[in-house]
Amino acid sequence: MKKIIFGIAFILFFSFMVITAINMRPFGEPTFSEMDDYFIKNAQVETGANNVVTSIVFDYRGFDTLGEATVLFTAVVGIVALFRRVSR
Amino acid sequence: MIDNFPFIAVIIFVGLGIYTLMFKKNLIKIAIGVCLIENGVNLFLITLGYKKGAVAPIYTQVPSGQSMVLPTPQALTLTSIVIGIATTALILSIAMMIYKHYSTLDTEQVRRLRG
Amino acid sequence: MKQMSKIVRTITNLVYGFIIIFGFYVIVHGHLTPGGGFQGGAIVASAFALLLVSYGSLITKKFLKKDFLSIMESSGLTMFIVLAFLGLGITFFYNFLANIGGWFGNTPVIGPNPGDINTGGVIPLMNIAVGLEVLSALGVIVLLMASGAEFTKKKENS
Repeated sequence: MKKIIFGIAFILFFSFMVITAINMRPFGEPTFSEMDDYFIKNAQVETGANNVVTSIVFDYRGFDTLGEATVLFTAVVGIVALFRRVSR
Repeated sequence: MIDNFPFIAVIIFVGLGIYTLMFKKNLIKIAIGVCLIENGVNLFLITLGYKKGAVAPIYTQVPSGQSMVLPTPQALTLTSIVIGIATTALILSIAMMIYKHYSTLDTEQVRRLRG
Repeated sequence: MKQMSKIVRTITNLVYGFIIIFGFYVIVHGHLTPGGGFQGGAIVASAFALLLVSYGSLITKKFLKKDFLSIMESSGLTMFIVLAFLGLGITFFYNFLANIGGWFGNTPVIGPNPGDINTGGVIPLMNIAVGLEVLSALGVIVLLMASGAEFTKKKENS
């Protein structure tokens, strides 16, 4: 019984996703790109790095990288606490 | 239809992941499902930023006068990949600890209490 | 985990150094070519995983100390935050070394250029900091999961 309900829900969800993917805007033509045009035009002048992706990761959006490094650190602390030797 | 093929690939990834999360009971298979959903979302983000006939946004020895792919989705996908690695490692470690304590990986049998 | 056959160990001895050098190349050239801190750190951690697979976790623990790796991870994160705070005269995460000459401060040629490693301001230093953090974090994860699998297998046999 539970499997039948799950199956119906999954089929509904999957067909909804298929309809959405067919009706999306055409592939390869982004709609709004003002911010990215600004980055491509001015990133080399403002930060001095050739790689625009690196200058976004470490300069324009540094807070995202800080949070991501904190998440990685927290995961390592959790794994070390999980595998510690319990001496008794 | 055939122009939107990357979106079809994205929904195949996400659909397989959600199928695995709904119907499988092994913890390793659940971890594989979470990984599939992550990869589908990353592919979707990269796909949204693609421009036809454009090159990667790096100025080192690029052919001049060519348009460039949008760089912001790529930067955010980089962040998302590292967070995915961290959560996958934590999920697998907890699965190993569960196997050590209960000697099984089935979620139906983990539910019972052990002294 | 037992150690694998002699062929695998010989190839590991040949290839191990080259993988680590390539990882550090990707980290240091992160502001010129595709790559950066995360990708290079992942490559170096894959070299650690190769050592662990071919030699087994008991022998690898003599070469790779867990305490040393976790100290390096903490120092990498601290270096990243200190570099972010150094630009606090204007804003947090301000690129205070770019375009002023001196260390990493050359002004690049605008447009397509062959690349100069002495540009980028604070970005190469942040690449090195994040690369240190990621390589030691993934190394700690791989080492700990290998030793945990050892313990689980021992319990299974008894």
